[in-house]
Amino acid sequence: MTEPLIALDHVSMVFKARRGGVKAVDDVSLSLEAGEVLCLVGESGSGKTTTGKIVAGLLKPTSGSVRFRGQDIWQMDKARFKAYRRAVQIVHQDPYASLNPIHTVFTILATPLQRHGMVRGRAEAVRRVLELLETVDLTPPESFLFKYPHQLSGGQRQRVSIARALTVNPELIVADEATSMVDVSIRVSLLNTLQRLRDELGVGFLFITHDLAIAKYFAWHGRVAVMYLGRVVEFSPTPALINDPQHPYTRALLAAIPEPDPDLTRRKGKLQLRSLDIPSLLHIPPGCSFHPRCPLFEAGLCDVQRPDLVPIDEKRLVACHVVARERTGTIAKHAASPVGISSDPVIGADLGEYGKESS
Amino acid sequence: MAAWQRSSASNGTPAPVLSVRNLEVRYFTRAGTVQAVRDVSFDLHAGESIALIGESGCGKTTLGLALLRLLPKGARIVDGEIRYRRRNGQVIDVLQLDQEEIRRFRWQECAMVFQGALNALNPVLRVWDQMLDTARAHAALSRDEVRERSERLLRMVQLEPERVLNAYPHELSGGMRQRVMIAMSLLLDPQIIIYDEPTTALDILTQRAIIEVLRSLRDQLDFSMLFISHDLPLAAELADRVATMYAGKIIEVGDVREIFYNPRHPYTLGLIKAVPPIVGELYDISSIPGTPPNLIEPPSGCSFHPRCPYARERCAREVPPLYEVGSLHTSACHYWQEVKLERQVVETGD
Repeated sequence: MTEPLIALDHVSMVFKARRGGVKAVDDVSLSLEAGEVLCLVGESGSGKTTTGKIVAGLLKPTSGSVRFRGQDIWQMDKARFKAYRRAVQIVHQDPYASLNPIHTVFTILATPLQRHGMVRGRAEAVRRVLELLETVDLTPPESFLFKYPHQLSGGQRQRVSIARALTVNPELIVADEATSMVDVSIRVSLLNTLQRLRDELGVGFLFITHDLAIAKYFAWHGRVAVMYLGRVVEFSPTPALINDPQHPYTRALLAAIPEPDPDLTRRKGKLQLRSLDIPSLLHIPPGCSFHPRCPLFEAGLCDVQRPDLVPIDEKRLVACHVVARERTGTIAKHAASPVGISSDPVIGADLGEYGKESS
Repeated sequence: MAAWQRSSASNGTPAPVLSVRNLEVRYFTRAGTVQAVRDVSFDLHAGESIALIGESGCGKTTLGLALLRLLPKGARIVDGEIRYRRRNGQVIDVLQLDQEEIRRFRWQECAMVFQGALNALNPVLRVWDQMLDTARAHAALSRDEVRERSERLLRMVQLEPERVLNAYPHELSGGMRQRVMIAMSLLLDPQIIIYDEPTTALDILTQRAIIEVLRSLRDQLDFSMLFISHDLPLAAELADRVATMYAGKIIEVGDVREIFYNPRHPYTLGLIKAVPPIVGELYDISSIPGTPPNLIEPPSGCSFHPRCPYARERCAREVPPLYEVGSLHTSACHYWQEVKLERQVVETGD
């Protein structure tokens, strides 16, 4: 078996807070092949951004390992770590905050090129910067070279951020809500640009979003991992996740989401949740963290045992006792995990194979 | 009868609650005069809900603020009329009210919940004190009356009054704070409530809860709603009628189903095609080329013509009026007959 590009293995991240630790990411295992698109979907506080930062090597997890082509990134020597950091780039959410306001577009893009020795001399830098601007559809590129961020619109700034990520020829781009701050009419063209990068340059994407529509249109051929309170609760190919969600949380999300279609959206029933309020990360409920809100809640099971993420068919993984029992006849508890994921990291690493399109 | 089914009934009523005619708002800035709202006219009927949709910078928030005469310094209503009909049938011109009258008009007759309502509450006052302050600033009510109304309204938005009234804003979640703001907007029983982006920045499940709350309030109470949003799905959920704004103008108005299934303005069509449904197959999705215009010097003729796939030479020359394109459906496009929504399925889920 070839090593995946990036693999998170039982990764947890606890932030210190005044009132104890905040477990932002709790035992997450994920893997991404080269050129693959994986969407991390979740609401605020679900740990999706933290997971993205861990993948990009910007945060060191408190436990678990992050491997790049099979090598633990936090055990790498300097040169290897640098190569990894080049290969995995991040595009942040806010294009108004992520570009230095006192630098021109040229400086913003030429600096990493020079820093990483990708170009020699100013003439080559200019040539490469022009190429990059063209790649992200900022045309004519000459007109953008000496502009400052404040002279650009939100969408244009985000394109500069993407161009900056591309300076070092990455294999994976972690896009953290990269399209959520721009207007709808601009969003689609930004998504199209990203899609083209994926198709033409073979760049893989870890796409972090709270918007299932974005996940659907960007990752239709990829997979989606749904996060809730720091854990992955469902992991599935995108079409199946959108049209046949399994985890009660994913089902609630899809049932709740307003649609741009009056008849369709007004047919949606009332929320079938036992509680509206998301528990605080400081007091994560025992057992399944969704149990206080879950319509399938079974006392003595869901509030006691934590469900593991287990396969329910050849493509999908779900962390729910009730769904797992209905689909496979066994419950997804930690002690007896007959089909799926043991805590043995070697077996756990196989997780990346699930949820892929069999085609 | 569900709230959104009222549209036909309310469209038939002759006298609207709010009637805006040829409204013009300008911002006077060093860079020039920004024509934020241009020649806007519309009627809001009793019990009706209108969604004002458009992208950032199209003038929708400015329009909302102008209705309450809450424009910031440097902005002015330079022309137009805002006529408001009181419950007793008396019609007043909002633009002619003096300072004291406008203070009473706000909140008692027309309340507004601002964008970023999450930050609209004072962090150092308990919810109860803010309810009391708001009520007393705009009307003469006794403490007990305010208490009784607050409790009733908080229950209507699915909050526990005892707990919430004694809480400071930081002790409440975003969704709870938004519901507090909604309850507060209803405190003086206004005829009109303007909601500016009521669900933006809230999680999906919380958004759904807010939508359910607004629906049930409209079933129980008697008020009209004007909500301002860039979010098409929200308009599909809550509006009886939808008005699309572009470059300071209302460019299409119609019944919610008309607008979503039979849009007749290329810009509305573009917005709808950029935001396809989530559940179901993969539809084609397209963007609107170009960027929104500068409102200091809006394009000649139809402001949308530089970005419009249907545009011809006439569009750069002639400002399109709002053409009658269907029953209670108007569109400001010379070539509205050619505009048609067709959705193509790119792939099915199998």
